[in-house]
Amino acid sequence: MALDVPASSSDADRRLKADTEERVADRSPMAAEAGGTSERAARRGSNTRIVTPTVSVPQRMREIWLSRELLIYLVRTEIKVKYKNSVLGLIWSMVAPAMTLAIYYVVFQLILGNKMPDFVIFLFAGLLLWNLFQLGVLTGTGVVVNNAGIVKKVSFPREILALAAVGSACVFFFFQTIVMIIFMIVLHTVPDMAYFPVLLLALVAGIVLACAIAVLLSAINVYLRDTQHLIEVLLTAWFWACPIVYPYQQQIGDKLGHVWIYFLNPMVPLVLTFQRCIYARPTAVATTKTGPVVYHVLPDKGMLWYGGLDLAVLVIGVVLFLVALAVFGRLEGNFAEEL
Amino acid sequence: MSDFAVDVRNVSKRFRLAHGQYNTVKERLIHGGRRKATEDFWALSDVSLTVKEGQTVGILGRNGSGKSTLLKCICGVLQPTSGEVAVRGKMAGLLELGAGFQMDLTGRENIYLNGSLLGMTKSEVDRAFDAIVDFSELEEFIDGPVKFYSSGMTVRLGFAVAVNVDPDILVIDEVLAVGDERFQRKCIDRVKQFQKEGRTILLVTHAADTVRSICDQGVVLSHGRMIAEGEPGEATRIFRERLMAEGAGMSVVDPALVAVPATPDMLGNETTGDDGDTGRPVRFRSVHRVFSGDNAVPYMRTGDDLTIRVEFEALRTTEDVVFSLEIRDDTNNAVMRTDTSIIGLHLDAPQGTGVMHFGIVNMPMLDGSFSFALGIQSRSGILYDWKEDAGKFEVMNPGRITGSVRMDVHAALISTESSVDSAALA
Repeated sequence: MALDVPASSSDADRRLKADTEERVADRSPMAAEAGGTSERAARRGSNTRIVTPTVSVPQRMREIWLSRELLIYLVRTEIKVKYKNSVLGLIWSMVAPAMTLAIYYVVFQLILGNKMPDFVIFLFAGLLLWNLFQLGVLTGTGVVVNNAGIVKKVSFPREILALAAVGSACVFFFFQTIVMIIFMIVLHTVPDMAYFPVLLLALVAGIVLACAIAVLLSAINVYLRDTQHLIEVLLTAWFWACPIVYPYQQQIGDKLGHVWIYFLNPMVPLVLTFQRCIYARPTAVATTKTGPVVYHVLPDKGMLWYGGLDLAVLVIGVVLFLVALAVFGRLEGNFAEEL
Repeated sequence: MSDFAVDVRNVSKRFRLAHGQYNTVKERLIHGGRRKATEDFWALSDVSLTVKEGQTVGILGRNGSGKSTLLKCICGVLQPTSGEVAVRGKMAGLLELGAGFQMDLTGRENIYLNGSLLGMTKSEVDRAFDAIVDFSELEEFIDGPVKFYSSGMTVRLGFAVAVNVDPDILVIDEVLAVGDERFQRKCIDRVKQFQKEGRTILLVTHAADTVRSICDQGVVLSHGRMIAEGEPGEATRIFRERLMAEGAGMSVVDPALVAVPATPDMLGNETTGDDGDTGRPVRFRSVHRVFSGDNAVPYMRTGDDLTIRVEFEALRTTEDVVFSLEIRDDTNNAVMRTDTSIIGLHLDAPQGTGVMHFGIVNMPMLDGSFSFALGIQSRSGILYDWKEDAGKFEVMNPGRITGSVRMDVHAALISTESSVDSAALA
């Protein structure tokens, strides 16, 4: 057998693999064919990738899963690049929401005379989730266009870019949570830990929803660049459609009942869940000079009501995510030429 | 066939050439959702190609022939309009070196980012990290931001990451042409090492010599169609032929190119209107060249014979006439100069017409286009006639050697000394 080895092949290579004759280090395809199964071929056999005009959704899911490490690197890169050369760095991700919070506090409690106790915590609870959602969707929408360089030259599941945008929003969420915990300690407020699992469910639902919308819009934005600007406006409207700065029960629930149309906004149950867990008071009583004032903050429902709605949102989010992947797949084919 | 690495099946790719696209809602609304009149451009039409594992395939083609589009379809950067590409094994595409580098991150961070973009896991990058840094020769700069790198350094880092991905299939798009010469050689060496390891390589290039020297198979694309597939020498020949034909605005095979009759126009003015000049008694009538090989094609192959047929007329009987021949390359440098007196042919030209031949046996030139000049003079050096651009010929090299001249090279192993055995004896 050894005599068959062409004299041109590398001695070092040959010596290494001299015992396993299958390993044919020769460049001739005939030799490779005759050699049968090498370890490389074995590895290859299990992994055939087909590039077709359309890629099925399950395959997309698989590729996303295989690229999860890339997701982590992209998130890391985004955060590093965002705060490069800034002295405070990540501190800014805490300062910015704290400032927003301060402004709302001044406007609502000091100027408009809202006497709701621990209003800051109430605000923070809703904003925490909203900021995650908004940042994820907003940066996610522009992400394919902004990364045209990679999209046009490197093959990888491009949805990852949108997911990375949501991922970095999650990192900021984490830092804001720290700020909130500090606020809670300072103000001596206690969360309702019984609702913590429901909060996690709401968080997951919110992330899935943000991913779905980010993936969908990032693809559409390649063809219609207006999407980027449109979504900014829409998100502002969406924000006020959520009971974040106003208490739901008092403004909606007591006046209109639990109107179904309000709950068409999938963010509503999620925000309510966050408030239920963190603010922890369905009804708050403020003591003022003129006597106690009762604030109906949250619907007086049980854990099942919150959890059920969150689960429904999660299901909607998952379905929307699958739809988004399918749409993304359809639109992806022409990315490289549209960018 | 079960042993393919890349199987391109009837792939077509259409680009819509819109003359300005409606990319905003306003424009779309104004035009009623219709797209602007678009022009279809088929960058690839019905291309099928099977690359067996372990093969190295070079894709040749002019600019805009669709070769980069094909590579992008194979890599999955573009999706074909119809058809499909099956790829078996891990693929690393070098469509652009350093694509995805973040200028603000350090080289180290970019190695991890780029590695994961190319499909490596963190532990794989960890293992390959030293090799990458070593190959890129950027030890001192690896912790500095990439924005301070020179373009050459960036490219080196990009290539270093890509070749360390440990791919089964390496796809290279004209990136070997970057970097300084030494680094280029290093890249080629690495590519050759990949070949030895039985990996599959697809590369796109303009440099026909690269295909000839490192590929097992050549593919020629023209206007989105595959016009040739086969031996690298053959493919480069077809590519050159295509280039030439398109460059000259002629059809591919034009027999008129084979034998160029020297028209009176081509012979130049110095030979006409001087009939009474007794100092120029002998002059050219026409010049033809004939190849020994296949005369249906407008070039000769290395090793063919070339005959230059010179028809001349003598106004009066002249003794001791010397014909000279000068062959020049495409930059007009003389490759060879000779004449009949050097060759040892004594010529007398009686009044009337005559024909003489210059025969070049076994053409040693490898590739290129050459021209020749002819002269007639007396033995004492008086110039009778001179034809500056008497004719041209193209040489195509069907073999695998590269360079400019074919030399007969022999190789033999004289002796070997095994260090293993001597160590055992000691």
